Amino acid sequence: MTTAIINVSLKAGVLDSQGKAVHHALDSLHFKGVNDVRIGKQIVLKLDTDDKTVAMSEVEKMCEDILANTVIEDYKIELI
Amino acid sequence: MKVTILQFPGTNCEYDTQHAFEQLGATTEIVWHKSETIPADTNLLVVAGGFSYGDYLRSGAIARFSPVMKAVIKYAENGGKVLGICNGFQVLTEAGLLPGALKRNDNLHFISKHHHLKVINNDNIFLEKLKKDSVVNIPIAHHDGNYFIDEAGLKDLESNNQILLQYTNADGEIQNPNGSISSIAGICNKEKNVFGLMPHPERAMELILGSDDGLAMLQGFCK
Repeated sequence: MTTAIINVSLKAGVLDSQGKAVHHALDSLHFKGVNDVRIGKQIVLKLDTDDKTVAMSEVEKMCEDILANTVIEDYKIELI
Repeated sequence: MKVTILQFPGTNCEYDTQHAFEQLGATTEIVWHKSETIPADTNLLVVAGGFSYGDYLRSGAIARFSPVMKAVIKYAENGGKVLGICNGFQVLTEAGLLPGALKRNDNLHFISKHHHLKVINNDNIFLEKLKKDSVVNIPIAHHDGNYFIDEAGLKDLESNNQILLQYTNADGEIQNPNGSISSIAGICNKEKNVFGLMPHPERAMELILGSDDGLAMLQGFCK
């Protein structure tokens, strides 16, 4: 079995309003030295296959088709 | 004139939309998303507003894979007229029938209020009853209405007259409630048969409800 951990976040250059609001909140709480905050979502999949190459190509297809909207989002896949 | 209105789990504007088009003399049919076909006599297909699939993953992302969507894409590719209102607009961008995407509103609030819109282009069937640069008053009600498209895409929209409506004040000056690029409230595809907008013209059909500016918009389809 393979676990796929997918992180989906807004592309660099696409304004992340939630990240901006959290950045502002951190600042209000006097956490200094934070330059940027980006918020994304994590999707965890348990896959039947043990073959990482097969898993990667399947998960990439899932990301392109539905899990991410590549007009505004980037995704990163980690396989365990 | 036959208007077919799509209904997904979570759609909640299908009856308002039906009422609006029947007020204009159209016959209507509500079609459940499991249907693999749309009625052959359809003159206009409306993807109504609401929260299809609870907006899970992204607004419109899951509805886009409902069985009926294959028929919708085929209908649009054959030149059929399609109108997406609010969640319907989100579904059409997710399905690739309209360019760009709709993000969370910049101020992170769900915004529900009447808003003024300026008619940017009327060389299309949807807005041909309205004068270019005229201002209408139509309700908006959305959390994810922040239209995004990259620079090249925006140039394409501009040069092909695909920007339909912009958020403005009553004088037609830009007033942007949600952070949309270029204050865009509605667009169409290059072929000008697929239309999408975040505001709800079907909720502006009677003065007693605050505005009847939606009449002239929906009338464009009812010739």
